[in-house]
Amino acid sequence: MNFLQFMMANRQQVLDLTIEHITLAGVATLLAALVGIPLGILITRVPQLSKPVLGGANIIQTIPSLALFGFLLPAPWIGDRAGRLAILALALYALLPLIRNTYAGIRSVDPAVVEAGRAMGLTDRQLLFQVELPLASGVIVAGVRIATVLSIGLATIAAAIGAGGLGEFIFRGLAMVNNQVILAGAIPAALLALLADFALGQLERRLGTLRARS
Amino acid sequence: MSAPPIHGSASDGPTIEFDHASFRLNGRPLLQDLVLSVKQGETLVLLGRSGSGKTTTLKLINRLLLPTAGDVRVNGRRTAEWDPIRLRRSIGYVIQDGGLFPHFTVERNIALVPRIENWPQARVEARVRELLATVGLSEDLASRYPSQLSGGQRQRVGVARALAADPPILILDEAFGALDPITRSEMQKEFRALQQGMHKAVIFVTHDLREALLLADRIALLEEGRLIVDLPVAEFPRSQNPLVRAYMEAFSGLSESGLPEPDSGTK
Repeated sequence: MNFLQFMMANRQQVLDLTIEHITLAGVATLLAALVGIPLGILITRVPQLSKPVLGGANIIQTIPSLALFGFLLPAPWIGDRAGRLAILALALYALLPLIRNTYAGIRSVDPAVVEAGRAMGLTDRQLLFQVELPLASGVIVAGVRIATVLSIGLATIAAAIGAGGLGEFIFRGLAMVNNQVILAGAIPAALLALLADFALGQLERRLGTLRARS
Repeated sequence: MSAPPIHGSASDGPTIEFDHASFRLNGRPLLQDLVLSVKQGETLVLLGRSGSGKTTTLKLINRLLLPTAGDVRVNGRRTAEWDPIRLRRSIGYVIQDGGLFPHFTVERNIALVPRIENWPQARVEARVRELLATVGLSEDLASRYPSQLSGGQRQRVGVARALAADPPILILDEAFGALDPITRSEMQKEFRALQQGMHKAVIFVTHDLREALLLADRIALLEEGRLIVDLPVAEFPRSQNPLVRAYMEAFSGLSESGLPEPDSGTK
C-alpha cells in the first residue's frame, strides 16, 4: 500500500485529525494573541516591565516542549483534559513572537508622527487605536504569522499526551516503524503550516503598504 | 481664499504668557527664567540655534511639557490647570515635513481634530474643502496619501490640519525647514498673507533669520535656554546686542534696505 492509498483508505481519520490539529493550534494562537498583544502594548506604556516580560516569554520558549507538557500535567483543571493542556502549552510558546512583535511594531512608529498626534489633542486611546496600532499592524501580523506556524508545528507533539491532532499518525507511525503512517501526519501538518504562512504573509504585505506610505 | 472667523473679542491681555518659566531635564536647564508674552493677532518668531530652547518653549505652551519653575499661562490660565486635551485642541501645531499620519489620506489628516471633536460629517467635509482652498491645494489631492505628495504639498496639508478646528493659537516648529529654497520662499509668502487674514496668536520657531524677519511682528532670540532679546521686527536688525550682530553678520546678504517693511496692518 503506498502513501496515497493509505491516505484514501483513512481519509475520514485524516480529516478528523486535521480538524483537531487546526483547533489546537488555532485556539492556542488566538489565546496567545489575546494575552500577548495587550501585553506587548502594555510594555510600550510601562517600559520598566519590558525587560521582565520579554525575558519571561523568552525563558518559556527555551523549555523543551515535551517537558512543558509534563510540567503542566499536575495543574488543576488544565491537567484534567489533554486538549486543554496542549492548548495552554502551545499558547505559552506562541506568546513570545506576539509580545515581541507588538512591542517592536509600536516602538518603530515614527516618534514625530506620535508626537504630532499628541500635540493635536489625541487622547492616549485615540493615539493607540488610530495611529500606533494601524502603523504597527504589519509587524504585529508578522508576529501572528510566526506564532501560528510555530503552533501548527508544535501541535504535532500534543499527541504525546493524548491531545490528538496529526501527531497521532506521527507517533503511531514511529511505534509501528511505518513511514507511510508518519507521512500521513507529517505532510498534512506541513501543508497546514505552509498555508497559514502564505495567507498571513499576504495579509502582512497588504498591511505593510500602510507603513511604506510613510 | 476665505479667512476664518476672528477669535475672542479683542481683549488686550496676553494670550500666551511665560512668567519666569524654566524647564530642567535631569538637572540640565533647557530653558531658564523665560519672560515672554504673545497677544492675539500677533506673530512672535522664536529665533535660535538648535538646542537654544525653542522647541522646549513650544512644548510648554501645549503642555507636552510642564515648567519645572515659574508659570506658563494660556488665556490667563496656567497650563498645569488646563485639561491637556482641551488645551491642545485649541492650539494648531505644525511641524517640519507636516508630521502627517502616513496611513491617513489628505482628507482624513486635515479632518483629524474636527472628527475627534465630533463635528457633523457635512460640516467636516465643507471645512476640508475650504481649507484645501485656503492653503492653495486642489481638491483632487484629498484622497491621496502623504507619500504621494511633494514636500511643499505635505507642508500645506500640515498647515491646513493645524487650522482645521480654527484654533485661536497656532504654533509652528521649523515648519518650512524641510523644503527646498524656492518652495520655502513661496510658503513663507503665502503664510504671511494667510496670517493677516486670521486673528490668531502665532508662535513660529526657526533658526533662519531671513524667515524670522519676513514673518515676525516680534522676534525673540534664544541662546542656551535664555532669552537674549525680544524686539519688534523693525528694531531687531538695529540692535547692538552682540548675538544679534552675529546673526546679522551670518546672514550678511541682508542689508537693512532689503528688509521687509514693518507690518503696520496687524494687531
